[in-house]
Amino acid sequence: MAAVRVRVAPLLYAYTGGLKTVEVEAASVGGAIAAVDHRFPGVAFRVVDEQGGVRPHMNIFLGEQSVRDLDTPVFAGAEIYIVGALSGG
Amino acid sequence: MTQPVAPVGANTWILGTRKGAWALNPSGQMGEPWFFGAQVHHVLQDPRGGATLLAAVRTGHLGPTVYRSKDGGRTWKEAEKPPRFRAKEEYENSSLSADDPRRQGLVLDHVFFLAPGHSSQPGVWFAGVSPIGLFKSEDDGVTWEGVSGFNDSPILAKWCYNFAPGTPDGPKCHSVQVDPTNPRRMLLGLSGGGLFLSEDLGGSWRPVNGGVAMDFAPPKEDGTDYEYGHDPHDAVIHPVNPRRWYHQNHCGIYRLDWNDNGGEQRWKRIGNNMPKDVGDIGFPMTCHPRDDKTVWVVPMDGGTVWPRTSVNGKPAVFRTRDAGESWQRLDRGLPSRAWHTVLRQAMAHNGGTSLELAFGTTSGEVWGSTDEGDSWTSLATGLPKIMSLTAARLD
Repeated sequence: MAAVRVRVAPLLYAYTGGLKTVEVEAASVGGAIAAVDHRFPGVAFRVVDEQGGVRPHMNIFLGEQSVRDLDTPVFAGAEIYIVGALSGG
Repeated sequence: MTQPVAPVGANTWILGTRKGAWALNPSGQMGEPWFFGAQVHHVLQDPRGGATLLAAVRTGHLGPTVYRSKDGGRTWKEAEKPPRFRAKEEYENSSLSADDPRRQGLVLDHVFFLAPGHSSQPGVWFAGVSPIGLFKSEDDGVTWEGVSGFNDSPILAKWCYNFAPGTPDGPKCHSVQVDPTNPRRMLLGLSGGGLFLSEDLGGSWRPVNGGVAMDFAPPKEDGTDYEYGHDPHDAVIHPVNPRRWYHQNHCGIYRLDWNDNGGEQRWKRIGNNMPKDVGDIGFPMTCHPRDDKTVWVVPMDGGTVWPRTSVNGKPAVFRTRDAGESWQRLDRGLPSRAWHTVLRQAMAHNGGTSLELAFGTTSGEVWGSTDEGDSWTSLATGLPKIMSLTAARLD
């Protein structure tokens, strides 16, 4: 387990009570999202669908690296960004 | 029909649109939108006196969910457990066929249709979704579970074209109705797939499509009807005569008077009595809440490439007072030239003693009538695409 920071986009502030960054302990990107959900129930299902896939119009970055595989391991001090994709209209 | 029974004292039209929901009050004013920017497929107030409002909401990024309000829409709270399909792993040892999409895992796209449970079961709600599925809440919309007798049924894949996307915006489960005289008896519609009946609280289902046309399929070689595969757009169990059903189909307008003698249940195409130059294609089916012979439909062009706009560019509502044996054109006050599309959930009555009607168009107009459709006035313009219109009592 590593201490990581999860930075969430404004479209998720309603779920995090306005918090822009959530610090959690996790071994993987998916674990970090689950840890955020443990603190703010409901947020994970807005990012990851019921089959375990990242929603098509959501993006997750580990540092600068785009991540779709939620088993991607994380390291101490990593920053995970959960953002809305460039889509809409 | 999305709302056969309106809340007592309904005084507001609730508009679900492509960009949020609005409450249109009796003075014609609208406040700030709810869920601004999100797709709102349906907003429904509990007609059983509980006053709960539920909203089927989807944002492009964050996916589908259900919100609920207990204070007339002043505040909303998301369901703690919104509808979601089973994980694919749960079907590994099931009897589903190898190519059944449930084995690969269905992902909920949007909640399409909200329906209250029986009046004897306060707090029970149903939700029809896309891809096709049925969900139930027993705690007034806080948590939702799949109706296993429907969602997990092996034959469902046959009934609904193996969940293939055919209907615009995705295949849909809609017109979920509970028989007001029997809480074990339910009807629902699949686009596409047909109409299906359960008589055991949703534990099992069977098709009820006898007599319904399927112009988009070749005739069966043995001359019999297709049992399923139809495309009902909007169906209703009449609230004061539950043995009488109506539905607007992709292929016509139908009435079914339930056969209690054990014979086959067959729909009668009452749309054959519509003027031939208008036809009987459309989406909404709105029935009078106290008179089982009066219904309203909004014909749309079903020819050529199915434009689904006002026939010949002349908007009109049609009403029958004799259960579909004859129809009256109602266009006073409507534009002489316009190409309206009125979606299946975008027409309602307010349930009042002096019955008012309204419908919304995909071009963002709302039209209302205070004389049961004899004449119409513009209630609102300039809204986003209207996907649903229901009546609510907001104080």
